[in-house]
Amino acid sequence: MSLQPILPPAAPGLAPAAPVTAQPAPEASKLAPARSPTMIALRRGLSHGGFLIGASVLGLIVLAALAAPLIAPHDPYAQDVSRRLIPPVWHAKGSWEHVLGTDKLGRDYLSRLIYGSQISLLIGLSAALISGVIGTTLGILAGYFGGRVDALVSYVVTTRLAMPVVLVALAMASLVGGSLKVVVLVLGLLLWDRFAVVTRAATRQIRGQDFVAAARASGFGTARILVQEILPNILNALIVVATLEMAHAILLEAALSFLGLGVQPPLPSWGLMIAEGKPYMFFQPWVITIPGVALLVLVLGINLLGDGVRDITAPEGRN
Amino acid sequence: MLSFALRRILVALAVAVTVSVASFMLLHLSGDLATAIAGPEATGEQIAAIRVQHGLDQPLLAQFVAWAGKALQLDFGNSFYFRERVSDLILARLPVTLTLGVVALCVALFVAIPLGVLAAVRRDTWVDRLALAVSVLGQAMPSFWFGLTLIMVFAVNLRWLPVSGNATWKHFVLPAVALGYYAMPAVMRLTRNGMLEVLASDYVRTARAKGLPPRKVLIRHALRNAVIPVIALAAVQFGFMLGGSIVIEAVFSLQGLGQLAWESIARNDFPVVQAIVLVLAMIYIALTLAADLLNALLDPRLRS
Repeated sequence: MSLQPILPPAAPGLAPAAPVTAQPAPEASKLAPARSPTMIALRRGLSHGGFLIGASVLGLIVLAALAAPLIAPHDPYAQDVSRRLIPPVWHAKGSWEHVLGTDKLGRDYLSRLIYGSQISLLIGLSAALISGVIGTTLGILAGYFGGRVDALVSYVVTTRLAMPVVLVALAMASLVGGSLKVVVLVLGLLLWDRFAVVTRAATRQIRGQDFVAAARASGFGTARILVQEILPNILNALIVVATLEMAHAILLEAALSFLGLGVQPPLPSWGLMIAEGKPYMFFQPWVITIPGVALLVLVLGINLLGDGVRDITAPEGRN
Repeated sequence: MLSFALRRILVALAVAVTVSVASFMLLHLSGDLATAIAGPEATGEQIAAIRVQHGLDQPLLAQFVAWAGKALQLDFGNSFYFRERVSDLILARLPVTLTLGVVALCVALFVAIPLGVLAAVRRDTWVDRLALAVSVLGQAMPSFWFGLTLIMVFAVNLRWLPVSGNATWKHFVLPAVALGYYAMPAVMRLTRNGMLEVLASDYVRTARAKGLPPRKVLIRHALRNAVIPVIALAAVQFGFMLGGSIVIEAVFSLQGLGQLAWESIARNDFPVVQAIVLVLAMIYIALTLAADLLNALLDPRLRS
């Protein structure tokens, strides 16, 4: 366990609990189809409050993002200077024409919010995908081979953790020029540490098990063992980390865009909306409250979903 | 213990060297510094002149060796923008960021540890749920938005505290809360889990059986042991908070290291950016090293 003391606890409660001692039980599922792992997971999921809430929230936001052109009441980029900073409908001066009001350029806030969900989800998914590939590769190699490979990977992870992420991301984004693509790449290249730590621990737990030895004895190549035997069995842990990193990337994108070095105007990034609303927040607090709450709800949904997956797939069940 | 300490110190030094190489390379490979410094309207000749002036025409390795050699003597060169020594700039700003970090850490610990203890003692009651809600919210809240919301509520509406700046201690309260909230969930959960484990242990049962008052058992016997890993986590979180303070400093216009970094990035003032990345990384490495050594000192099992 050379890695443990050096690293901060990856995600609270994640490190030892999450890696599932995945017992692939194809026989069991044949004997009793009603109690297959999938069915058990499904039943647990339906009775897990946090998972249900998280899945519904995230599902709704994904739907909104996909159906944005259909449900957005206005063009998110259409400016109308005569209709600037109209308050939302619950205000005395609000109107149903602009349910969430308009921004400083008279653009419909609800439409921008809906289109903004596309940006957050896109960044979260792509950054988690890139960092997932990097981190999982490193983690599986370290966990499977141990020894020097492990020491090297631990060293690389420690080095990465010592670099201040926000600062490095800002500096890189600024040099390359802030844009959606750059933000995704920068975050993807920086946020793989937790993937590496968790997949390493999960791989170490299962590498000594019989089915891995059996695969080795059948003459499978190392690459095939890693991809076909190890990877499917650490998938649960991987999904949990992926949700955490997705949430992390979404929050970091918002912060970068808020500081002006992330996604550039006129894109309706939620972080950018908060930055654009900042000068008006003393008299029109809703201009920053609305996108902020949207971010909070999205990240909360993703985190609840991730915690739920962790509980559901844990061998001992819930808690 | 000694050999463990030596080995950890060597690793920390190696990491420090690697980080400085990596941060140097990242900045130099992300784009053409000379073009960035010269600005969008510069002619090719001006760019070439800047390249020569700042030594950017040299091979990357030579540039790094020159920079690292000076950095070892704490000489980070001069700021492109201020025409001042980078080390002076950093020394002037560091106290603000450190103050913010220390106050934020105190806020986080003073809330998170009691909450974690209560959540463990009153497991599965509303206190436990509340603690869970606080920590789940803390992980989902965008820190800069939380900061702005604090300003709106406590500075603008209630007028209890100033909006921004760093003139008095009052200016540090809101930013410290905003920054500290970010570190709370991890500390809270670790305290809660540690307490649950310790409360179920034999020596706590013995202490109870001896008839010691519950409060004494809780604080003397249980908390004392549960809090050991929390100290190490706090050190690491402190390092993360210094790195994350860039966003909070921008929100509250605190003239700290983060604000300097942000402005320097926007001004393409690379010597400053590079030095701040290095300083923050060094502080983080020193903190994790201290946390590891402390942990190993308290728990011999970790020395293997």
